Amino acid sequence: MNTMPARDPAAEVAVSRPSDEPPRPNPRKLVGRLADLVLSDYFVLYMSLAYVAVLAPFLPTLLLPANIVNVMSNMWPLLAVAVGQTFVLAIAGIDLSQGSVVAMTSVIGAALIATVANPVVLSNAPIWGVLIAEDGGLLNGMTGSLLAAILVMIMVAMLIGLLNGAAVAMLNMPAFMVTLVSMITFSALAIYLTQSENIARLPAEYVRLGKGDIVSVYFGAKEESQIARRTIYSFISYPMVIAVSLAIAMHLLLNRTVFGRYVLAIGINRKAAEISGVPVRRIIVTVYMLSAACAAIGALLYSARLEAGRPTLGEGTFLLDVIGAVVIGGTSLFGGKAKILWTFFGVLFFVLLSNTLNLMNLSSFQVDMVKGAVILGAALLDVFRTRLMRERSG
Amino acid sequence: MSDLLTLRHLGKSWFGVPAVSDLSLGVRQGSLLGLIGQNGAGKSTLMNMIGGIVAPSAGDMLWRDKPYRPQSAADASAAGIAFIHQELNLFTNLSVAENMYIDGFPRRMGLIDWRAINERARSILDRLSLDVDPATEVGHLSPGERQLVEIAKALHNEASLLIFDEPTTSLTPRETERLFETIATLRAEGRTIIYISHILGDVKRLADDIAVLRDGQLVDQGPEADFPIPRMIRSMIGRDLGGLFPQRTGQPGDTAVLKARGLTHPGVLKDVSITVRDGEIVGLFGLMGSGRSELARILFGLDPCDQGTVLLNDAELAAGARARIAAGMAFVTENRREEGLMMDATIADNLALVAISEFGRPPLFLIDRDRLLERTEAARQDMSIKAGDISRQPVKALSGGNQQKVVIGKWQLEHPRLFILDEPTRGVDVGAKYEIYTLVDRLAAGGGGILMISSELEELMGVADRIVVMNRGEIMGEFPRGDFDQERILAMSFREQAA
Repeated sequence: MNTMPARDPAAEVAVSRPSDEPPRPNPRKLVGRLADLVLSDYFVLYMSLAYVAVLAPFLPTLLLPANIVNVMSNMWPLLAVAVGQTFVLAIAGIDLSQGSVVAMTSVIGAALIATVANPVVLSNAPIWGVLIAEDGGLLNGMTGSLLAAILVMIMVAMLIGLLNGAAVAMLNMPAFMVTLVSMITFSALAIYLTQSENIARLPAEYVRLGKGDIVSVYFGAKEESQIARRTIYSFISYPMVIAVSLAIAMHLLLNRTVFGRYVLAIGINRKAAEISGVPVRRIIVTVYMLSAACAAIGALLYSARLEAGRPTLGEGTFLLDVIGAVVIGGTSLFGGKAKILWTFFGVLFFVLLSNTLNLMNLSSFQVDMVKGAVILGAALLDVFRTRLMRERSG
Repeated sequence: MSDLLTLRHLGKSWFGVPAVSDLSLGVRQGSLLGLIGQNGAGKSTLMNMIGGIVAPSAGDMLWRDKPYRPQSAADASAAGIAFIHQELNLFTNLSVAENMYIDGFPRRMGLIDWRAINERARSILDRLSLDVDPATEVGHLSPGERQLVEIAKALHNEASLLIFDEPTTSLTPRETERLFETIATLRAEGRTIIYISHILGDVKRLADDIAVLRDGQLVDQGPEADFPIPRMIRSMIGRDLGGLFPQRTGQPGDTAVLKARGLTHPGVLKDVSITVRDGEIVGLFGLMGSGRSELARILFGLDPCDQGTVLLNDAELAAGARARIAAGMAFVTENRREEGLMMDATIADNLALVAISEFGRPPLFLIDRDRLLERTEAARQDMSIKAGDISRQPVKALSGGNQQKVVIGKWQLEHPRLFILDEPTRGVDVGAKYEIYTLVDRLAAGGGGILMISSELEELMGVADRIVVMNRGEIMGEFPRGDFDQERILAMSFREQAA
């Protein structure tokens, strides 16, 4: 301690001229570049590409056309649902009921338009004779039945969303609680309605919405007269068009409209929004209805791909996939920070992750463990990004 | 008397920007040093260096003439330095005694010696004449009592230097008086005190010596007797203000903008009637709990009101804030961070929030971003908000004064007829206060009516055309500008003492 005063002047000099150091490769610039990358809207896309680049040499099947088509077809239904969840997270809420909405609407939609039904399987179900009978669903064979069925699905979903939203906005109940109750109740109701049976035999035009191609690609010799179905790869498919249009519409809604501004304002500071004349309650209710409607579109894509309405659709780790994908994209769970583009990349990364883990022949338990770890990583990344942003602005 | 704490050429830079530079100062044993300076003058950095939270990058400190190099807050506390902060560092869920001894419970045979704690705590509380049971949960105490608990905590550590950082911000006048008495007691015991405050009158009243910081440097110091308030202000801002308040540029008109009649809500307001004319600044004065902010919230439609009518430009208003905004009301709340701004959003987003619905164009109702940017940038210039790129910079990166201008600016985009300003200069430094007064004057000169609530009477006397006094939810009376009399207004606001 006694030698300290003697050393002080030297320390003072060293500290007072940090800029006089000889020119060296500037580490600050590199750090700045890295920070730019991390804060970029496209960060998760870069991360996905890097992930593919690293794994491609080890997983030769990863980049085969068949696998790419597979990854894409897994993306679209998840994207539709995740886009709705993004809005809910943007107002600092959470919608746990999306899975149950998928189950409910897939069952109801399928019941309405099934072409035939098997009484042995379904005659015990409460919907037998009401929505569906031996000669198919209530709307089977009617003109415009497809559109009508989809409308009914969306309306049922929005009704559930209305219940969620009203409880959150008008009764000031916590969103977690409200949507948890919805999740439990409506998944159970979906199973009860069909007595746990699937409703199959859906009309071709419905199925096409879930897996039909609009433009497809064939890699191979031209001379073959008969091309096997599995060597044609869908390039632009119906689910892609549906999900991407939905995402674009929702992107415009969130970023470019007054409604979207209100949503983000509520997420950042609800009190300030209220005092500034934002119709807070109305917006909250609408957001939960939108979230459920997106889940119904997701249900359409899932059930059409399965060619059946299934009451257990949207169970298990489905919710983890949805919320995980949105959060990985960079949308904050604390509200006010959300972009549909982020969600798009988040969904891409999440689907890629599941796909590669499957290609590695991991069991589904192992896959879920890795997914959990990745979501934790995404949450940590969010904390890190927020800190970076604060340093920049400060 | 010798110096208890000496600072020699102390300096601290953050990323090459000096927060404190070459600062030398002595604090005399047993004296009270008043430390003043605008926000960002370096007071906090200086205190953090003394408290061991931040290490100085230059210079040194002497404590009782020995080198003092605290590495942590615990070092400072062991040396005998205690801080009483603006935001109290107490655990509201623990008892008074637990809070006092949280940094080291006395133990007997490995167990906490509650009897000793309670006895000692009680004797310290007695010395501060704070009549609460040491077992009371701190959450049940008033802000003033909590402040005393914080002092009690410092006393049990036998601190010889107590540093008060803006201790009166959340206290009522009566609690403030009591705090000052306590400070006098502490001084009688021979303790040394550093008192930091924005309220210059208090500093003048308490201090033996005054030191002024500006831009990280000690710009002025001297005994209290040589330090009239104008000199303090001049030293703090580095120039003359030409008076604390701008000249009024407009004259109040004759048409009533706001007419509230017979507002009554049990337990909140009792038969309150108030009128604000065009171009008029009406000051609303009252102590905490007088119902002034409650009146503002009711006028703006945020809280319910049982009886009474609110007329704006002679039209009766529908319930709810949205209807009031549509009719031409604007409300700058007393709580900027929590109710006024979206702190994490950009300046442009904040400025646009109120008027945003005007920018959606059919058929798709997409926002016209160019027009929005144009309007918000115009508002920034109009309000002279000192900022860089308003569509990138978050509002939390602004100083308090500029943040407040953003709050006023977001309403200005709607050209409101009536502005309700609740404590518009709270947490804003002297220079920025003047700018806000100028802004308020300009809003009035533009023909708007202004209802300005403040707990600083000098401020209302400086800018208002008329002062209305409230007490316990009732209007006690009003004073036109010519009749402003500080003592009479205060007496009216205290009612029960006056009676």
